[in-house]
Amino acid sequence: MNKRYFIVSLLIGITTFHMACTAQPITPARPAPAAAAPAAAAKSPDSDPLAFHRLHKPSGKRNRPPAEDGIHDPGNDGTHALLAPLSVFPSLPKANSGNRVDWVQALAAGTIKPRADQADATEEIVVMDLNIVREVKGSMPNVVYPHKQHTEWLDCSNCHPGIFVPLKGANQMSMAAIMLGQQCGVCHGKVAFSISECRKCHSQSKEPNPAPAAK
Amino acid sequence: MKKLTTSTGWHAVLGLPVMLALAWVEVPVARAEYGDVVINNYSDAAGMRPVVFPHWFHRLRFRCNVCHADLGFKFKAGGNEINMVKIIDGQFCGACHNGDVAWPVENCDLCHTGKPGTPSQVHESDIQQFAQPMGSTNKK
Repeated sequence: MNKRYFIVSLLIGITTFHMACTAQPITPARPAPAAAAPAAAAKSPDSDPLAFHRLHKPSGKRNRPPAEDGIHDPGNDGTHALLAPLSVFPSLPKANSGNRVDWVQALAAGTIKPRADQADATEEIVVMDLNIVREVKGSMPNVVYPHKQHTEWLDCSNCHPGIFVPLKGANQMSMAAIMLGQQCGVCHGKVAFSISECRKCHSQSKEPNPAPAAK
Repeated sequence: MKKLTTSTGWHAVLGLPVMLALAWVEVPVARAEYGDVVINNYSDAAGMRPVVFPHWFHRLRFRCNVCHADLGFKFKAGGNEINMVKIIDGQFCGACHNGDVAWPVENCDLCHTGKPGTPSQVHESDIQQFAQPMGSTNKK
């Protein structure tokens, strides 16, 4: 009886230790030593060629409570007093990226009623309904930028003139700049919906391509 | 019988903390909520945990304009030079975290919740999510 307990706990201990040793360490606090990384990667479950989500976060690891989210310190008492995202998110409209909440839809549907003023809950925000169409190069559909959804959340001064000159044609845009956190990327890809939601912006079909000329 | 119980207890006492410790070591993957901002301009140097600001929690209650236009927060993680004196004097977080709109500043460990050493950043941003070579050390 006694011996069996010891062997079982020893086996579990060794297995856990092995898993701990081979896990891919990617925290900013503890970067992997460059020399040790290839050896660790070779045995890591992350490198299993048949595994799903080898490079991305599986659904079960999204929206974790603060104490389990990897960035809050579970050793801090206050961490355990914080609200868990999933105590709210299931009642909000779903999205496919970011924190998986469609915030614009949640506001439009009245699911959430965020204040437009720090202290005055009755203050109304000034909404401007003006679409800007940007014709884009390449095969992607044109971008339709809706002022309405943006001014539901933001003030004009948040974007104009610091990020965008308020003049049609005056702003040279590029996806590379956006991905690096400029232009739309100041918010999109950080807090607002992710840049992986291509079709939310690229929403206006172009004229169909002319048929290639017969040889 | 008495000896057996004591001995079993000894193994459990030894094994459980070891396993818990190993399980904790196994969870180094940073995966905070999309839009969580870590602010660590001065915290680490002052012996405090860095601040983790949850955007999702705040946007349930406030529109962006409240902080980013009315209170003057720049759209840049760590770009606001916030310190406790400014907060106590009612600037930045202190505009609401004054015991009136939201809980007051003496609740240090509700904001200073980050793991020590975590740099200022917008967590889970797209640029952090791009697939990177295995063992890459530049993941924020």
